Amino acid sequence: MGFFGYFLRRLSLVIPTLLGVTIITFTLTYVLPGNPAVVKAGPLVSPEVVKELEKEMGLDQPAWVQYWRYISGVLRGDLGQSSSTGRPVLEDFRQRLPATLELTLASLLIALLIGIPLGVQSAVHRDTAIDHIGRIVGVAGVAMPTFWTGLLGLYAFFYLLGVAPPPLGRLGSGIAPPTAITGLYVVDSLLTGNWKALGSALHQLMLPAITLGLSVMAPIARMVRSTMLEILESDYIKSAWAAGIPRRRVIYGDALMNALIPVITILGIVFGFLMAGNAVVESVFAWPGIGNYAITSLMTKDSGPIQSFVLFVAVLYVVVNFAIDMIYGLIDPRIRLD
Amino acid sequence: MNAASVVDVRGLSVRFASDRGEIEAVDAASFDVREGEILGLVGESGSGKTVTATAILRLIRKPGRQTGGSILFDGRDLARIPEDELQQIRGAKIAMISQTPRTSLNPLITVGRQVARLFQLHAGLSAADSRKRALEMLTLVGIPEPERRARQYAHQFSGGMCQRVMIAMALTTSPRLLIADEPTTGLDVSTAARILDLLRDLGARTGASILLITHDLGVVATTCQRVAVMHAGQVVEIAPVRSLFRQPAHPYTRALVRSIPRIDREIVMEPVPGSVPSLLNPPAGCRYAGRCPWVEDRCRREKPAMTPVAPEHFVACFAVEDGRAAAV
Repeated sequence: MGFFGYFLRRLSLVIPTLLGVTIITFTLTYVLPGNPAVVKAGPLVSPEVVKELEKEMGLDQPAWVQYWRYISGVLRGDLGQSSSTGRPVLEDFRQRLPATLELTLASLLIALLIGIPLGVQSAVHRDTAIDHIGRIVGVAGVAMPTFWTGLLGLYAFFYLLGVAPPPLGRLGSGIAPPTAITGLYVVDSLLTGNWKALGSALHQLMLPAITLGLSVMAPIARMVRSTMLEILESDYIKSAWAAGIPRRRVIYGDALMNALIPVITILGIVFGFLMAGNAVVESVFAWPGIGNYAITSLMTKDSGPIQSFVLFVAVLYVVVNFAIDMIYGLIDPRIRLD
Repeated sequence: MNAASVVDVRGLSVRFASDRGEIEAVDAASFDVREGEILGLVGESGSGKTVTATAILRLIRKPGRQTGGSILFDGRDLARIPEDELQQIRGAKIAMISQTPRTSLNPLITVGRQVARLFQLHAGLSAADSRKRALEMLTLVGIPEPERRARQYAHQFSGGMCQRVMIAMALTTSPRLLIADEPTTGLDVSTAARILDLLRDLGARTGASILLITHDLGVVATTCQRVAVMHAGQVVEIAPVRSLFRQPAHPYTRALVRSIPRIDREIVMEPVPGSVPSLLNPPAGCRYAGRCPWVEDRCRREKPAMTPVAPEHFVACFAVEDGRAAAV
């Protein structure tokens, strides 16, 4: 069968999932309060005009016809209009997406860079101070909601200590964004050698990324710890010790590579958490991403962006999980053959 | 004991802390493995054989610890050798193959790489040379199509093939001592026989001494030169194989020998009476006292010392010392 067969089998499962997602986002327009025609026409028009508009927008058609219109629109990239910005939702998204991606990736990186070594050390030094501290930090990270840790962080590092910048977006005032290549300010300023923008972008990114990263670091550390505990007792690790493989290589090589398989699996879930946490953290730090956009739209009852945000996050979630399945198949030779 | 010992275990004691008290898994065990020989270490499950092997590699982990005795390897006490130097002894000078070959190979590293990296680590060979030597080793242990098999993973190998790979790994750097912990458990009879042949053959060719841990006296009879019998953490008898089977001295050894199924003789097979006693806060004396037909008060109070009964044949038993044990 091989890897290609595995790829095709997984891909065939993605399509029905995506169809399901669009059905749910489509139903959202029915569930959300308010008649789109009324919203579009404004409060001062007569019922006849609304009727006319409904006909024009296709709202008098049966549901499946409307769904067909909706999905063919989505496939053409037509996500509707935002009534608050007056622009196509897709354009608003395109403009805000890099900010969200930058924050999400930075948080994920922080969570992995802290969570994995913390989990490994907790397992190796089981029931010692390191393990207990790891557990406390982990529980605190999960138990405290991100808007709260975000505010705490701002209070401590911006207000009291003054080491963090004011929570006003991706760059300090008066700093021009770097030439757009990827849209991620950190990457772009690195690529163009714009050190001033790089410093400012990292400075702005620091606190929101740590806030978001801490919220998902704990599950990663716990997962690494529990699988490491199991793997350190396994026969192949015992035989690695007996073969005289140096300690660091046994722990961070032989053992960790096996422990990372379940961690890669939960990355899909972690990613979901990050996307959900994004909206909150972006609001707290006035981060101009799509989460912030969705929350603003929610407050102004602007259904287009909300619907598209849900669709976008769901599609991204499906795609990420598909990618994880592929990575999983590449790393673990046993998966492909079952 | 002997000038030509590769490893000399003297009075080794290993204890494990538990919630209910100390478990003395090995109690003052003494034996040596000599240059080029295969020593069998036999006993029932839980008699401390594997713990002894683990102690020789200095891989006893908490809550266990060595509480007494010494293990001399090439004349040096392993307990006094620092950990980083031990890593150059493990795998290189003392190698081990386990009773679970299928799960003892890392599932995510190709078989060839697992052999090759030991050449890189212990012999300092380049990556290319290591690969070449690994293929030679796989050929030597009888893996067909080594080039193709080297690129595969453990789950694509049978149990017997995995054990061959383990043997290849153990012999990469011509160790002085190979510890084989029940190497044929879980293999079918003919595969087991071939693995034992391979061990014997390669041991003789590379000059490695072998400590063969088993609960199967039949394996001992066909493979070993000498044998040490362990019961509940104590070594009760050491003898050349021939001498042990002809005149087993310790009541436990006698029971073990009687428990071997035979087709050539009209002897009723008898299981060893009783079971291995609890090692939790064990009594001071002989640990076979509770199962022994010749037990007397002294056995429960004092520990019998190893005494010779024949050339090279030693036994730790008061009944044998006093001549109370009936002749076989």
